[in-house]
Order: sequence, then C-alpha cells, then structure tokens
Amino acid sequence: MSATPSPSRPAKPRVGLFVTCLVDLMRPSVGFAAVKLLEDAGCIVEAPVQTCCGQPAYNSGDRGTTRDLAMRLIEAFQGYDYVVAPSGSCAGMIKAHYPELFEEDPNWRAKADALAGKTHELTSFLVDVLGVTKVDASYDGTVTYHDSCSGLRELKVKTQPRKLLASVQGLTLVEMQDSDVCCGFGGTFAVKYSDISGAIVEAKAKNIEESRAPTVLAGDLGCLMNMAGKLSRDGRQVQVRHVAEVLAGMTDEPPIGAAKETRGA
Amino acid sequence: MTVHSTSPQFKQNAARALNDDQLQKALGNVKQGFIDKRQMAADKLPEFEALRDSARDIKNHTLEHLDLYLEAYEGKVKASGGHVHFARDAQEARDIILNICRDTGAKTVTKGKSMISEEIGINHHLEAHGITPVETDLGEYIIQLRGELPSHIIAPAVHLNATQVEEDFRRVHTHLDAKRDLSEPVQLLTEARAVLRERFLAADVGITGANFLVAETGTSIIVTNEGNGDLTQILPKTHIVLASIEKLVPTLEDVSQLLRVLARSATGQELSVYTTFSTGPRRSTDADGPENYHVVILDNGRSSMLGTAFEEMLRCIRCGACMNHCPVYHAVGGHAYGWVYPGPMGAVLTPSLIGVDKAGHLPNASTFCGRCESVCPVRIPLPKLMRHWREREFERHLTPATVRSGLQLWGFFAKRPALYRFATRAAMGALALAGRQRGRFSWLPMAKGWTKYRDFPAPHGETFQQRWKRERKGARP
Repeated sequence: MSATPSPSRPAKPRVGLFVTCLVDLMRPSVGFAAVKLLEDAGCIVEAPVQTCCGQPAYNSGDRGTTRDLAMRLIEAFQGYDYVVAPSGSCAGMIKAHYPELFEEDPNWRAKADALAGKTHELTSFLVDVLGVTKVDASYDGTVTYHDSCSGLRELKVKTQPRKLLASVQGLTLVEMQDSDVCCGFGGTFAVKYSDISGAIVEAKAKNIEESRAPTVLAGDLGCLMNMAGKLSRDGRQVQVRHVAEVLAGMTDEPPIGAAKETRGA
Repeated sequence: MTVHSTSPQFKQNAARALNDDQLQKALGNVKQGFIDKRQMAADKLPEFEALRDSARDIKNHTLEHLDLYLEAYEGKVKASGGHVHFARDAQEARDIILNICRDTGAKTVTKGKSMISEEIGINHHLEAHGITPVETDLGEYIIQLRGELPSHIIAPAVHLNATQVEEDFRRVHTHLDAKRDLSEPVQLLTEARAVLRERFLAADVGITGANFLVAETGTSIIVTNEGNGDLTQILPKTHIVLASIEKLVPTLEDVSQLLRVLARSATGQELSVYTTFSTGPRRSTDADGPENYHVVILDNGRSSMLGTAFEEMLRCIRCGACMNHCPVYHAVGGHAYGWVYPGPMGAVLTPSLIGVDKAGHLPNASTFCGRCESVCPVRIPLPKLMRHWREREFERHLTPATVRSGLQLWGFFAKRPALYRFATRAAMGALALAGRQRGRFSWLPMAKGWTKYRDFPAPHGETFQQRWKRERKGARP
C-alpha cells in the first residue's frame, strides 16, 4: 500500500474504527479487513466500545433515542484524529446528520460538528485523506460494484472504491446497469414495506446477473445482505462481498450468505 | 380535502400495483424515458447546477415575502382588467369557479392540465351542477375517460399502454366508424385531436392551471407540449386560471431562470413546446383572447406550512423529476400513493394537505436513497422532510405499535454497551449455530418481512468486538 503524506495530518494518525453494528454482529471479517487497510496505510487503529450510530431510530422518527446514542458515540470517539467506518450509511449518519440533531444545543452541536469533520467512509478516507493509490491485494476474477446510496449521495463515494479496486492484482471490474440505483434495502424499509423492497432488489439482482460478473461488491453491509439474500433466494450464482474484504486480500471467509462448504466455488 | 384518498391503504395499493403486469410494463417507460433525457439536458448546460441554486433562492425569497407578492400580483391583475379570487380551501375554490361558470351561462368547460383542479375535484363538482368539463391535455383526456386520477404530475396517463387507450377510445367515441384502424399511437393522437377540436370551439369557459404567477406584471404562465392550453384559454369567452399560492414569482426575469430548469428537469427539453403568458382579458388591440379573466388562488393548507420545516416543499415547481428517479415510484406507480400527488414530492406534500394520520405511509415508504433530492431543480431536501413527517408521527404515537416496541427494545440495548455486547454475543452465537450449514436462513421467526423475498445471511458467530478484545488486549477498552 502506498500513501502520500500530507503536512496537515499526523504521520501516524490515530483512527477510531466505528465498525458499525451490522459488521460487528454479522460479519466481523469486514471490520478486520478495514483494520488491515488502515494499518497498512500507516494508521494506529483502535476500536472503542460501541453500539450503533442510531440510524434506525433516526429514520423511524425517534429523535430522542437517536440523540442519546449520538452522544454516546461522540464521547467514545472524540479523542481520535479520525473516525472511519466501513459503511457510507453510518459514516453519513455521523457526518451529515449528527450536527442537525443538536441544532438547539450549542455545546453538543460543537462536539457533533467536530466529530462530523473527522469522520470518513473507509475507501474515501484511504483515497481522499490518506492519498492511498494502491492496495497490496490480489483477487482472481471479475467483480461488479454497487454504489450504496448514502455513501454515493451524502459522501460522494463513487470513484474511490473503483480506484482502489483497479490496483488489486488479477481483478477486473465491469459496471452493471444502474449501479447507482438503490437496492431496496433502506434499513427498516426492507421489513416494513417488504413487497416494494422485494421488487426493487429483484431489479438489482437482475442487473447484477446481467453484468455477468461472478462477484458483486459494495461498501455497506445492509445493502450487501439484501442483495445476497435475494440472489441466493433466486438461485443466482453470484458471490457477494464487502469491498474492504477484497481490498485487504482477506477473502478466506465464505461470501455473504454462503456456507463454509461452498468456499471458493 | 375533497378527492377521496386511498393513502391509508397504501400497502394494499402497492401490493396490487406490484401484481399488475400491465402496469409494470408501463412503468418501465418511466425508468427508460425521463432519466437519460434529463441527464443529457443537464450535461449540456454548464451552469445547470448554478441555475438550481438560483431557482432555490428565487423561491425562498418569494416565500419569505409571499404576502407582499400576492398583494402586488392581485393589484397588477386588477389593473389589467382581470379578477383575483382567494380561496381558503377546496370548497371555496369550487364555489368560486362554479359561480363564474354560472354567470357566463356555461354548458361546457375545457381544461388545460392542472393538478390543483385535481386537488379540489372540480370536474365532479361541475358535472354535479350540469356543466360538462373536458380535459384537453391528451393524457388528462384519457384518464378522464377512464374516471381515474393522474398517476404522474406531468405524464398523467403514464400508467397506461396504447392498447388500453384504444379500448377507451372505441368505448367512448361511438360516433366514429367501429372498424377504424387505431393500431398506431399516431392514429390515437389524430382521433383525440379531432374530437377535442370540436370541444375547444364549443367551450364557454376555459380553465387552466399556472406554472407561475408573476407579481411584477400580473401574468400567469403555463408550459405545455400540445398547445391545448392556448386553445383552452384563448377560444372561450372566459378564462379561469386556477393556481395555488406558492406559484408566485416576483419578476419575469425570475421566471426566465426557473423556466431554464423546469423543462430540463421534467422531460429533458430545453423549453417546453409552448410557454404561454397571459395578462388580463383581451384588449381592444389584441387579435384574440377571452373577454373575462379570473384567477383563483388556492391556499388549502399551504399557508400553514410557511414558517415550518415544510416551507421548503412550497418551492416545488412540479417538474416530476423526483418521481422519475424514485425506485419506489418505479415499483408501484403513482396511484398507489392514493391521492393527487405521487412520488417523493407527494410523500411530503400529501400529509401537509390531507393530514399525516391519513397519509402516514407515504413518507415512510422511502428507502431514503436520496436520488430525488439529487435531481430536484429547487433543491428540496425531500428525504429530510419525509423524516420530519416520521418524527411527527412518532411524537403523536402514530408509528405502528410493532415498530415502536421493536425500536424501544433495540434502543434499550443500544444505550447499554455492556448489556448490548452480552446480548448480541449470545444472539449471534445462536444464530450462527443455527445457520452454520447453509450460511443463510430462508425463514426467521422475527423477520418474516425480510425472508418473504430473500434469505437472511447467517452471522459468523463471534462478534467483531469479542474478537477484537480477544486479539488486541493492548487496545483501549
């Protein structure tokens, strides 16, 4: 991994990894892939005790619970040079939405602003902040990349993962149709409006299959679980992984939703 | 509120729409048609993003001083010989229009496309009082024949296919040769044109909407692609403009800026085919025009949005870009939303106008993908406003009990990290064990909504925080 140092940034930045609750509970390997990428880029990585950014409450209209959780997270992460999450959605929550939670509380607003200013989605942190241009990984095969909505539209994450993927040895990226269109996950939407969510992810699964790439990657585990669940339900033979796993060269775990036995299939 | 709303049955509406093969075929056209054309039009104009900022600022400024601009506009319309009527709600607007029609002894009324006329249900009201309204926009004409509401604010019949239109024309145009060929869309168009031409000539009153009302000059402006608006407002003796309060714009210069983003955002055109300016009734030197010119300005709940978070919604210029780019709209179409305004703009506006107790589903039925906001020509933060509605619902305990209790349970653990780690460790361990063999679940007791359409990937078992603690003892707790 090569990174360009910038004068405004500490030589060995201390990064607080906000692993996100889905990665914590469902697929810790994504968190460890993020750790490897950050350490390879010269960061000191720590993972303070954490739960959730509060997005499920926020998007359900429960501002009180959201604020409680935001305050906990702000305190847990305030001592780091940077906060990085392997998720555009959770990083976007902190960056774009935490400040507006505390519009009437100048003290907490200042803390929220400070945290928002140093929080980044993983691939954009590597590329935009650390200046990483290549990763030390190889992946034998063709992949397609789904742009998760929050990362794409709130944080402008689009070229960064593609840049890094281009440096993975043996990997070919093909674009699917409508890679920037929602997969239908939407957090609790997937359960509350499952009929509609099911129809949206069906269109996504079709686009993934038509790209003919045997592997689909994305930067958000919620979207990945949604796509993986639909692809396997429909019997479509596509492997689903978080982009960090491929960038870190950590693809030992079976793909999302696949059994140990099918490894490497 | 007058038009019957099925918004409370949104879920049933959506389920029906998803199983309607014909509708699904028609919705494919929305995905195909509008998006690329808008993008090409935006790409061709280097200042497009700056124009969006400017459009937002113009509308914000107008809304901040709406009282002044309404008054100025009224003065200018009167000075040009026209009449202005303010209607607090739909009932008042209907009564005003009916009275004007009666005063002119009207038997038939032609109509240009107007969403406000849908909102107040004017067609039913006129029919109930013996006056025949005739929609002259082709799409509106078709849905009038079918007794439907528009399913899209600029493409009202976008939910239909040509064969359905052919059936409707054969059913209604019984004076024409039953054996005529209507297999080509152009033949449908020609037939509609011929039928409507008679209607234009016979009409006593023409009702149009307005895209903009200009305070500086007292001018109302409509944009159309069919020219039907011009024939509607020029041929009859009386022209009624029906518009809502937020259509006000200070000057013609402002309008010229807004027009540059409107058609591009809507259809990808640089300008609509017709942009028609009307100021007062016909003057002695005019070649044509109506003898009487009335403007009905409707509030219907909008003024109560001023000064609230929802004021931003009043910037909307009704281009339809938000629904053209919405994955939910693409999936279920406009009728599922259950009232006049569909898609993301409808999901914000409808609760304001008919109440969030009735329209509560609409702002919830969004993935918050943000594509609507990214294309809105006046930069309305639609997801944020939908979230505000969810907050209002939560405060008023309108959020479904299952969602509320689920949130409470989750919140309880999420606020207690130690308990959270303990509970999640146990839960993930159990789930991993159960799902070890297949790596996924095709059914889970608490997640039926999820597993109805997709599998649920099994977790690894050990959580990140467990493993991190185990492997990195040196790290901070």
